[in-house]
Amino acid sequence: MKLLIKGGRIIDPANNLNEILDLLVVGSKISRIGKNIQVKAAKLIDAKDKLIMPGLVDMHVHLREPGREDKETVESGTKAAAKGGVTSVLAMPNTEPAIDCPKSVKLFKDIITKKAHVNVFISAAITKGRFGKELTNIAGLKKSGIVAITDDGSSPDSRKLMSEAFKKAAQEKVLIICHCEDKNLSREGVVNKGFTSTRLGLRGISRESEYERVARDIELAKAKKASVHIAHLSCRESVEIVAEAKRKGIKVTAETAPHYFSLSEEDLARFDTNLKMNPPLRNKKDISVIKKGLKDGTIDVIASDHAPHTENEKDIEFERAEFGVIGLETELAVAITNLVRTAILDWPDLVNKMAYNPAKILKIDKGTLGLGKQADIIVVSPHQEWVVQKKEIYSKSKNSCFLGKKLTGLVEFTVCGGKIIYANVNKYK
Amino acid sequence: MNPEVFPCRDKYFEQTMWQRKDLLGLEELSPEEIRQVLSIAESFKEVSTRGIKKVPALRGKTVVNLFYEPSTRTRVSFEVASKRLSADVINIAIEASSVKKGETLIDTGRNIEALKADIIVVRHGSSGAAEMLARHVGVSVVNAGDGWHEHPTQALLDIFTLKEKLGKIKDLKVSIIGDIAHSRVARSNIWGLTKLGAKVTVCAPKMLIPPGIEEMGASVTHNLDEALKDADAVNVLRMQFERDENTAFPGRLQYFKTFGITQARLDKANKDIIVMHPGPINRGVEMSSEVADGVNSVILEQVTNGIAVRMAVLFLVSAVREEKNETIN
Amino acid sequence: MSKPKKIRTILCAEDIRRTLYRLTHQILEKNPVSCAIALIGIQTRGVYIARRVKSIIKEIENIDIPVGVLDITFYRDDLTVIGPKPVVRETKIDFDLNDKVVILTDDVLFTGRTVRAALDEIMDFGRPKRIEYLVLIDRGHRELPIRADFVGKNIPTSQEEHVEVKLKEADGEDKVVLIES
Repeated sequence: MKLLIKGGRIIDPANNLNEILDLLVVGSKISRIGKNIQVKAAKLIDAKDKLIMPGLVDMHVHLREPGREDKETVESGTKAAAKGGVTSVLAMPNTEPAIDCPKSVKLFKDIITKKAHVNVFISAAITKGRFGKELTNIAGLKKSGIVAITDDGSSPDSRKLMSEAFKKAAQEKVLIICHCEDKNLSREGVVNKGFTSTRLGLRGISRESEYERVARDIELAKAKKASVHIAHLSCRESVEIVAEAKRKGIKVTAETAPHYFSLSEEDLARFDTNLKMNPPLRNKKDISVIKKGLKDGTIDVIASDHAPHTENEKDIEFERAEFGVIGLETELAVAITNLVRTAILDWPDLVNKMAYNPAKILKIDKGTLGLGKQADIIVVSPHQEWVVQKKEIYSKSKNSCFLGKKLTGLVEFTVCGGKIIYANVNKYK
Repeated sequence: MNPEVFPCRDKYFEQTMWQRKDLLGLEELSPEEIRQVLSIAESFKEVSTRGIKKVPALRGKTVVNLFYEPSTRTRVSFEVASKRLSADVINIAIEASSVKKGETLIDTGRNIEALKADIIVVRHGSSGAAEMLARHVGVSVVNAGDGWHEHPTQALLDIFTLKEKLGKIKDLKVSIIGDIAHSRVARSNIWGLTKLGAKVTVCAPKMLIPPGIEEMGASVTHNLDEALKDADAVNVLRMQFERDENTAFPGRLQYFKTFGITQARLDKANKDIIVMHPGPINRGVEMSSEVADGVNSVILEQVTNGIAVRMAVLFLVSAVREEKNETIN
Repeated sequence: MSKPKKIRTILCAEDIRRTLYRLTHQILEKNPVSCAIALIGIQTRGVYIARRVKSIIKEIENIDIPVGVLDITFYRDDLTVIGPKPVVRETKIDFDLNDKVVILTDDVLFTGRTVRAALDEIMDFGRPKRIEYLVLIDRGHRELPIRADFVGKNIPTSQEEHVEVKLKEADGEDKVVLIES
């Protein structure tokens, strides 16, 4: 079957493309890119005044299945991904039970085969049960098809164990993704430690609890010559530590999430648990350093840290509410609104941060529009404004920190493996 | 509405502004709203001096005291206030341990609403709990203390007492001594006093001063003599040594030595300095008995004023809810 | 939406002065000076009327009558239905009411609900021998079985009309007007 996408601006930095062209998909693959392609296609997308980009690669997504299907499932999460223009996700292993052995990877793969609407890549835990006590079978996991290991949600406190993990990971050529948090420092904290924690009378999460762990993990990775990726940077010290490491030539990559460059603790005027995440929203100065880090390349990746939670887990006392927000459906628009429209990133930069770089880091063949590649493509209205509304969220959970916010940039079509898996039917005026 | 039904309703009538269903904290109140509570509290204070210390303003209304933390003073004060307004009062004390397994605060609130209560006075260990409850129920919610966040009626009664004693709040120098980090009384006082133009200084050991408190409008000192110097009033907080966070803390005697208010220290301060304490006092820890019972102390007047202030708050929030119901119908 | 309102003067300053003298004489006639009289004015214009009556009694009989001030807000029967919150004014009755003849004063008698509230409130202060009620204007439309003992002037009105009593103390002039709306 043929699909022709006509007359859109193709943004594909991997192939150095940034011009108005047509794109032809035959079967599941990209077949031709060129001017004025004239073929009889079964399906035609008019992309006039729109952008054609590689489908986004979101390397930080909690699909919650197996175990917490009340929050999200592979099916609902990947539908949400499609709506957000995300065609590849890296699923986090903090499910119930945790994905920590080849057997659970296989079970998860079966679910993905049956239910997923987009490409789902698998990460497994560094330690068994994510308890930070005993390493998983990294070699076995690698064979079972995972692309990274992470204890996301926590960080093993033991240097010795973590050092051992980096050693094994280096041997097996497995990427370690680090959730950087020293719980001995963040303790029972729920918001950034500072004026906001004081004003609201809530326990604070110090910046040290994050950046000291960033420094430790980079140091340990360097010693074992392992690849390390630092998840969700939220504060300026972390950005500076990563920048310094990169200057020294250490193999480190880093990511941030849309809320860390668009919201600050000042947005937490009242006790809105949809603004409770870990790491917490920091201050305006942190936002500007994160933006700078994105611009200068210190931060390689924007990933959503999509963390669905039910209303029962969110609409309770702030201290008791779960950490985390959903983000698959808003990440592109939040990035366009806060980074592209403000000229911090240009369109190719954006595609690099949200598609090409994460694919490269995960060593997966995604994030470009190269000929012969799987046709994972999105068509985006770059100037379309829309308002995030609860009733329009596809994710099973509605805990978005952008509810009610006006964003710019709307996904019109999402194509995955040559099939149109999402088409915007809403008419936004 | 016909202005002649009650001729006391005249042009000032239009200037009144209380529109809040709930009282959740002083951060959100305007200086005018705070002044309105204080002014109505004056009228209620007069009621408490009458032979029959009761008015029918809230006759037929039900006030539920929903307390998730043990409290005698605040609960009794709200109970007396409600009764002097002729409301019916129901006290519900919920053990903290039963919260985890039991129904949520929202469910409890909705149940109370279904009982056709009119006002829920809530005390809860979790910051923001009162606000969350207010979002979910149509009845009025009065915050009687939520976590470390706010305790608005305590601050209002402190401010009322100050105003009664010193005639004004603007430009007063008020020092708050003690565990600022974990004190909702301190936070509410800082908001209320600074909004009315007072200068607030907080004084405590470093570990009990929370970060960023200056941004709330308070200056910080770690030296008690400095905090007392030139102060018009000092509000002394209760030291809670039983807190987990305070296990590293020196101890009662050491605290008293450095931060306890003694007569000797007061003698060096302004002769007419007002000494307040939200109670219950740890005698010999935050202040000596001599000070607590001395001429500068207004601690018992605070208790008396607490009733008037709480009557004013209950009176003000009670009618707003009715308006909402009418617009719904 | 508002048409120009018709305003008609019912009593001028001189009328009010004469009326208050007449009413005071009536009070004294009914209550021989030997018996203990006290005045209680309902906030706010009833208070000014009470004070004027007091000074007229002083002029005529050379005795000082205590004046109390009553704010009936907390005793209203419509607290739950009124719009914005009312201003609560001072209540001050610093004399013993027991066995006194209380002259309750107000500017306009209309539904009678204010008087009902005032009576309840006075009862909570003590047990007067008798309460009598003085009003400058009675405009009818009673909703409770209440009548005034001393009436300055009866003015038949319609529900849509307003009676406005202006007194020097609050309004800078003495005047009673009827406003048709």
